[in-house]
Amino acid sequence: MQVSTPAHRAAWLVLARDLRLALRKPSQCVQPLAFFAIVTTLFPLAISPELSRLREIASGVLWVAALLASLLALEFLFRDDAHDGTLEQYAISGQSLTWLVFAKTAAHWTLTGVPLALMAPLAGAALGVPYEAMPWLIAPIALGTLALSLIGSIGAALTLGVKRGGVLLTLLTLPLAVPVLIFGAQATDLAIRGASFVAPLYLLGAMAVLAVTLAPLAAAAAVRMSLE
Amino acid sequence: MTLSLRGECLDLWRGEHHVLAGLDLAVDAGELLLVTGANGSGKTTLLRALCGLLHLEEGQVLWQGRNVREDLPAYHAQLVYLGHAPPLKGDLTAHENLRFWVGIRRDVRREEISAALERVGATGWSERPVRTLSAGQKRRVALAGVSLCDASLWLLDEPTTNLDGDGQRLVGSLVDERLSSGGIVIAAVHQDLPVSRARSRRLELTCR
Repeated sequence: MQVSTPAHRAAWLVLARDLRLALRKPSQCVQPLAFFAIVTTLFPLAISPELSRLREIASGVLWVAALLASLLALEFLFRDDAHDGTLEQYAISGQSLTWLVFAKTAAHWTLTGVPLALMAPLAGAALGVPYEAMPWLIAPIALGTLALSLIGSIGAALTLGVKRGGVLLTLLTLPLAVPVLIFGAQATDLAIRGASFVAPLYLLGAMAVLAVTLAPLAAAAAVRMSLE
Repeated sequence: MTLSLRGECLDLWRGEHHVLAGLDLAVDAGELLLVTGANGSGKTTLLRALCGLLHLEEGQVLWQGRNVREDLPAYHAQLVYLGHAPPLKGDLTAHENLRFWVGIRRDVRREEISAALERVGATGWSERPVRTLSAGQKRRVALAGVSLCDASLWLLDEPTTNLDGDGQRLVGSLVDERLSSGGIVIAAVHQDLPVSRARSRRLELTCR
């Protein structure tokens, strides 16, 4: 006998629950976004208001800020659910934990990655990104943060049992996040110069697909381990 | 098919402590097993091991005569576990909490949830955020969730904590109903549950 709710419906419920919780308590999701906005607007003040110089470093600044902002948010991915026993209930619900973990990560990306990607053109404006390149900033950051959320979900699950595991989580996740940073920054840089950026974008897409297929499996296994 | 749960030579270490040392247990359909013992004697550990949340060093848990590790999802589909803390979200209402908790296991209608909440006495506060409720009220909501899950094996960790006399009788009647419909209930308790005696047995754990 299996549970009667199909896996996709259960995953949808988990996603809906996390989004609703975020609406009820928005402060946790606003924090990484505020961090992103602050970092990207401080650079012009610290370096020089000269747009041509800022344009040179714009893609690097956007990506490092997006990477750090999404790492900052990762710590909260499973923590509350582990604390109140919800994660335990997921593990013994008879549903595939992989699907439920994937749904949680998808909710996390919707709440951090998507707003970061949508903010990128605005932040780009402060960094001298030409007007016509602005819409092209969204896709690379959206794809990149998707991969980052998924890669980070493994680290977040592994460090659940560790008190103040934030530093460990960053150390675990950063090396895996570097390829995303490299190709993402390259895609954004090419977009800002008005060149074709499909090649690095395809690579980002490939990384996101790889993360979608493999990361939830690893994260679910790590969640089970941390519940012991 | 009548149900049966067996534990054979359950052996488990938690850090330095040999919590379960070759423990055997057998529970059949319609039976209540009360797990008693001092604090730290391993009641919660036993329940979590029976759930399959903890890996046993040795021994096996048999459900219907089959090792549960062979097909955990199928086993989990038939059990519900309620730990110390009710698995509820403070920012959601009792109703929403149950919709999500029970919903990932089976399709549950609004009226069913309302009826279950009414049964546990949640009239007037089922639409308030759970964080504004008292510990006993949260426990009642969790019990409504357990009864909605439609599971044949209940594993309850101190189900009467924080409950008043009326609440304790409620636990008793919920357990009684589950038992008379052929289910199995295993509860870690410090005091007896108010259920009909004939079907209940005790398992005393000792500190090691």
